[in-house]
Amino acid sequence: MNAIVIRFPGSNCDQDAHLALREMGVPVDYVWHKDTSVAGADLIVLPGGFSYGDYLRCGAIARFSPVMQAVKEAAARGVLVLGICNGFQILCEAGLLPGALIRNRGLHFICEHRWLRVENVANPFLNEALTGQLLRIPIAHGEGSFTADSATLLELNRKGRVLLRYCDARGAAIDAANPNGSAENIAGICNPARNVFGLMPHPERASDPRLGSTDGRVIFESILATLGFRKAA
Amino acid sequence: MKAKVIVMPKRSVLDPQGVAVRDAIHHHGLPAARSVRVGKCIEIELDGAHTEAQLHEVCRDLLSNPVIEEYELSVE
Repeated sequence: MNAIVIRFPGSNCDQDAHLALREMGVPVDYVWHKDTSVAGADLIVLPGGFSYGDYLRCGAIARFSPVMQAVKEAAARGVLVLGICNGFQILCEAGLLPGALIRNRGLHFICEHRWLRVENVANPFLNEALTGQLLRIPIAHGEGSFTADSATLLELNRKGRVLLRYCDARGAAIDAANPNGSAENIAGICNPARNVFGLMPHPERASDPRLGSTDGRVIFESILATLGFRKAA
Repeated sequence: MKAKVIVMPKRSVLDPQGVAVRDAIHHHGLPAARSVRVGKCIEIELDGAHTEAQLHEVCRDLLSNPVIEEYELSVE
């Protein structure tokens, strides 16, 4: 298994994602946004940050980076693509995921641990988790309010493509537990083929006990299980 | 030639920035402000051959996101 972390100008969670994968024994490389090939990668991570300073809209300019054409082609071939935070925004702008992420309901940039409920495990990103499992993972964004038209929301729900929702400590996805005004408390979704996953929370920041939570590891563990990766002894 | 593009959030999309600005206008002494929406204006100076279709393509693909925004293009 080979993983790559794409670096855009303004990415700032690239090293965190790289470290989380490396700590699990996964061979991982950085790929610069001007590169045009992602050959050999089984997992492509679009990390968090502020690509191109969030100019115009979050992810709007990164989407036209040379590497994104290769990412699109790899996604079409079934390669796993994980977009975290700004990576999620880029995937939506690129049309690899539906909907858009807009300014938080309360206008504040929010950086704190939140509870998430696992909605669906029949996918490469959460197959080591249990449906209904609660994960405590930090968010850190100013534009994370997921929005989509009602037909898109219906389709996401019907096809089990909502993978994570914000919830309270008991697992109730109520409005009071919705940090940013996301439609139906949606925190993460996947594409129809289930190989492209975007989420606003940061699993890489919840992968080490020193960071206060290891709940994010289940996402990386699921990916490793999907790809049949075993850490060398 | 100059093209001007106005990008506005769709009516159906929540605009928290507009709400905050409306509240600030109220505090400023203008309670008549019923609704405020904040968009952006982009000016493009053009030099050389181009078509209006190309400009619309840029508006649609880059300058606005049709999921959440509408645009208006005018060329002077």
